[in-house]
Amino acid sequence: MDKTQIVYTDNKDNKFWKFILNELKPKGKIFTLFNIISFPVMVLGIIIIYIRFRDGIGAVTNLNQEIPWGLWIGFDVVTGVAFAGGAYILVFMVNILNMKQYKPILRVTVLNGFLAYLFYSAALLLDLGRPLKVINVIIGNNFGVSSVLFLVGWHFLLYMLALLLEFSPAIAEWLNARKLRKVLTGISLGAVIFGITLSVLHQSGIGALYLMAVDKIHPLWYSNYLPLQFVVASVFAGISMVILEGSISHKVFSYQLEKDAHHQHNKILTGLSKICAGALFAYFSLMVIVFVHGKDWKYMNSGWGSWYLFEMIGFVILPMILFYFSYRHKNMILIRVAAVLTLLGVILNRMNISIIVYRWMDVERYVPTWQEFVVTFTIIFIEVWVFRWIITRMPVLRKSPEWVRGDH
Amino acid sequence: MIINRRNFFKAMGATAVALSIGKEASASAGEILQNDDELNGMLYDNTKCIACHGCEYDCAEAHGLEYPDIPENPPIRKTNEAQLTVVNTYETSKGPMHVKVQCMHCNQPACDAACLTQAMHKMEDGPVVWREDKCMGCRYCMISCPFDIPKFEYQSTNPRIMKCDLCYERQKEGEMPACAYNCPQEALLFGKRRDLIKEARKRIHEEPEKYIDYIYGEYEAGGTSWMYLSGAPFEELGFKTNIQKSSYPGLTKGFISSIAPVDILLPAALLGIYEATKSRTNHSTEEEE
Repeated sequence: MDKTQIVYTDNKDNKFWKFILNELKPKGKIFTLFNIISFPVMVLGIIIIYIRFRDGIGAVTNLNQEIPWGLWIGFDVVTGVAFAGGAYILVFMVNILNMKQYKPILRVTVLNGFLAYLFYSAALLLDLGRPLKVINVIIGNNFGVSSVLFLVGWHFLLYMLALLLEFSPAIAEWLNARKLRKVLTGISLGAVIFGITLSVLHQSGIGALYLMAVDKIHPLWYSNYLPLQFVVASVFAGISMVILEGSISHKVFSYQLEKDAHHQHNKILTGLSKICAGALFAYFSLMVIVFVHGKDWKYMNSGWGSWYLFEMIGFVILPMILFYFSYRHKNMILIRVAAVLTLLGVILNRMNISIIVYRWMDVERYVPTWQEFVVTFTIIFIEVWVFRWIITRMPVLRKSPEWVRGDH
Repeated sequence: MIINRRNFFKAMGATAVALSIGKEASASAGEILQNDDELNGMLYDNTKCIACHGCEYDCAEAHGLEYPDIPENPPIRKTNEAQLTVVNTYETSKGPMHVKVQCMHCNQPACDAACLTQAMHKMEDGPVVWREDKCMGCRYCMISCPFDIPKFEYQSTNPRIMKCDLCYERQKEGEMPACAYNCPQEALLFGKRRDLIKEARKRIHEEPEKYIDYIYGEYEAGGTSWMYLSGAPFEELGFKTNIQKSSYPGLTKGFISSIAPVDILLPAALLGIYEATKSRTNHSTEEEE
């Protein structure tokens, strides 16, 4: 299992680079179905990105003066951040609440979260008209501290650092750097605590971005509670992603796992489905209060009203019931169905707010170009490739090397 | 309305501790509100306008843009990245009436509050301007603006946000905005907001049958520096009449002022929970993450 582990000592640079070079080589089969599909998409996506920088955003997107934020922001950022929420929820459960049974999936979730943030920021840069000026926000010559986006940006950036720190012991184990690992684990409690705080704030901040668009978003979807709604949604969105992604990883990378891992994983999934059911119920209650408080009955008798009911019944109430039953009956298939439904629901809700019911009264609708879709898939595929590269090399799913246990 | 708004901000000031960040942040919200009547603004009187479209050409010249190509009897147009103002003609219950469209220069602009680099900024004397060296092109100003004014150059590799800047450069040299300077009908009146409101009230008072008894922009979005007098109901002229009367940055104020307390208190709470849950199992942990 550990055939790639080359003994390495800090003072020999030569060996270190040899090790890195060796690790960079591809492992496993090259012509898998996933590779055959994803590779051409990625090549095409990179060409489109090149055209975007050569001719401007308008050359590859359908964005216009009415719809300034399209698929790249609406899906990659607004939706993607919710999907990456699993990292802070699990970190909270394992490191703060001390729920040890979830520890086996902690590392892979943190890694997923980190990569998601990394690549969604990349997507964000593609969407910026003047991406080099992003430095203004970071070095601070022009702090717009009254801007929600400023706060989201900074919390985003700091959280990426926190996630990297939380994951860094795995990198240290991969490099066999014992001293480094000790230092890194020492500061990780700070990273954990601030990571959770930063998450709560930027998850809600994404919702707060749309607070000033009060005249543009359909009243059924707009409320003052958007920030709160987005945080709660990030709980079940994040956990559903953990369930789905965990199920796939356990199939694909099963050779990395111990014998009892499968049974253990099923137990974890049942626990998670309980949390999801609870979070969905909290979300549903919040939405009911928002609905009644906003006196939204008058909008129900329209196409938008049906669309709203479709979202609430099909993708909030239904998965909530499914999660509940799958927890009661320990039904692994039902859990996955519920997770997929929940994820679709989160996509639907976020796409509604950012694109579909945004300017609902306009006749002309924004439909993303095929280039926008290709670039979105490119970013997801690159992320999966990097994820796979790390999983096959670092101790993420498999157990840490022997020396780690002796170190404490 | 004004009393509500004032009281609201006074109350906000009282909770200065939690708000310190948010308040300091938008100088435009705190300071300018005290004397928003002192801002430079414009009063457009559509009973005087004859839709000669001269201001559209003057605007293009003042901003180094190409002259617009305006057809005979033009349809209802929107401003765009190449045309910062347009004059539209509507058939109303009082006959054909004209409306000049451009940035409203809100007293508390949503775009300014939205901008994370302060590229979009309300100047102390009134104009809301966009500053090229700061903007990173995120287009959040376009999402936030209730009047849909900022426009983006999608076809450019170094795109700009384009909108009326109340001829800020000309104002710095002591000149009035190009449109007002050149208007042959004096339909555009440039001056201090206070004086403009007085003048508008006077006109309504003197010729009540000629004007609708309303100054659009006096309270819209918390008050704008550009205001309108009209001879026909505003809703017949394409105006957004459902715009809220309080400021748009106020919508995010609650969220922004909650950030500092959460950033400080949540870590403390988390640390507390951590300490509370760890003790029992301290010995059995073989490895920490």
